[in-house]
Amino acid sequence: MNGLRAIYQRELASYFATPLAYVFIVIFLLLAGAVTFSLGGFYERGQADLAPFFNFHPWLYLFLVPAVAMRLWAEERRSGSVELLLTLPVRPGVAVVAKFLAGLTFVGLALVLTFPIWITVNYLGSPDNGAILAGYVGSLLMAGGFLAVGSALSAATRSQVIAFILTVVVCFLLLLAGFPLVLDVFRGWAPAPLLDAVASLSFLTHFQAISKGVLDLRDLLYFIMTIGVWLYATTLVLELRKAD
Amino acid sequence: MIEVSGLTKRYGDVVAISDLSFRVVAGEILGFLGPNGAGKTTTMRIIAGFIAPTAGTAAVLGHDVAREPLAARQALGYLPEGAPSWPEMTPRSFLAFIADVRGLKGDRRRRRLTDTIDRLGLGPVLDQTIDTLSKGFKRRVGLAQAIVHDPPVLVLDEPTDGLDPNQKHEVRTLISEMAPGKTIVISTHILEEVDAVCTRAIIVARGRLLVDERPATLQARSRYHNAVTLTVAEPADLPHIAAALRAAPGVGDVEVDLRDGRLTALPAPGQLPLAAISELATREHWNLHELRLEAGRLDEVFRTVTSAAEQMP
Repeated sequence: MNGLRAIYQRELASYFATPLAYVFIVIFLLLAGAVTFSLGGFYERGQADLAPFFNFHPWLYLFLVPAVAMRLWAEERRSGSVELLLTLPVRPGVAVVAKFLAGLTFVGLALVLTFPIWITVNYLGSPDNGAILAGYVGSLLMAGGFLAVGSALSAATRSQVIAFILTVVVCFLLLLAGFPLVLDVFRGWAPAPLLDAVASLSFLTHFQAISKGVLDLRDLLYFIMTIGVWLYATTLVLELRKAD
Repeated sequence: MIEVSGLTKRYGDVVAISDLSFRVVAGEILGFLGPNGAGKTTTMRIIAGFIAPTAGTAAVLGHDVAREPLAARQALGYLPEGAPSWPEMTPRSFLAFIADVRGLKGDRRRRRLTDTIDRLGLGPVLDQTIDTLSKGFKRRVGLAQAIVHDPPVLVLDEPTDGLDPNQKHEVRTLISEMAPGKTIVISTHILEEVDAVCTRAIIVARGRLLVDERPATLQARSRYHNAVTLTVAEPADLPHIAAALRAAPGVGDVEVDLRDGRLTALPAPGQLPLAAISELATREHWNLHELRLEAGRLDEVFRTVTSAAEQMP
């Protein structure tokens, strides 16, 4: 596990070596606050919960997580450091997981820094803090899903911009898989089981329950499996494309 | 020890290397030569486990790179082409990272890091970020990461590429110092390098192994091997000295360079014309700046060998 820890630490430190990390965190906090109060009607609802806060996370992540994910592998491939990294005595899968965990830690840190809103809601009323914790866990898992998608697409290209755009598009489709926008493409020709399968891939459907504070094992498993599948895909893509 | 056997790599229809086999043992420094695009980097990447061959095997210290990738990589120090690293890191944090991934611990980790930093003279730039370093220092950082775990086998892809002559000299000295007991392969297209550091040379072109010899043997293939070069003081003397040389015993042909008044007497096959020519020069009182024996020109051998390969089907 030497490799996992060392790569994780190196990667996490590299986020903070450039201003990107601080820009990301500031934008995330500003946007999270802005949408909660203006679009979410945090005060007007008169309810002591964080639903208006969590409801917008999928949409914030849609643009912010791909920005974190895009450099995971594309930059390594562009600069050639992927050759150095993958000829160290570390399994490619370990490097993929280590980099993913570093990205997730970074997003998690941004998420933790939203704690003032938790203090606010506790000051204004008496919310169900268990539900709020569940919301945070679910939100982090969803961010992990986005990040894993971004990891695989970042491994497929040498360009961070292409990685970013592809990730946004794929994440957008995954978010809305349960909604007419995506389902209408399949309706009419695809058999019902396929339609159900596509619909069940929706990030949004799985997150909605969690954001209300309901931690269903199926929703958790869904996000964990999504992460697993996309990280496995990252390893396969790397194996195919790393030397190109 | 490195063993490569029947190594072949194809990209679609393009054959990068074809049925390459060689063996390098401890104590040897193998110079891997070839024109650009000959397959040097591909071969080294396969040995390092970065890409998989289409056919054939490679083993580092007896560990097959496909079947025991981690053991093979642990035994290997590898400098990829262009010495990539992470520009935002400092040499200190970069080398610490490599030491950690390679599982160095405690006292040994500290000793290896100090030793490596000393050996490559990285002390003055330890806390500068790598992207602010000069090309020479960047290359040294790359070399440092390759040797930090004191590997028994070293594969260095163009270790002196882009360095100035002083830096080249330093890197070569470093490689020679490390050589005892280690197996080292360096790729290069600089021929002086082979002469300066290598105990053996391999020439590849179009993915095929053409020559595998000691540098001296390689030089002996040159038509300039045992040739005698004279530099004439008075250009007016050139024609009659050239004529006299052509008639001298053991001389096959004479090349005249009018620009700097230089004559090269090529030996007839198996002949050593030096003694005859120097005697002639003394007897005839030729006014010469220089008279010397040629060991052979590696660049000429390289050109002859590789251009012959280009003409093969």
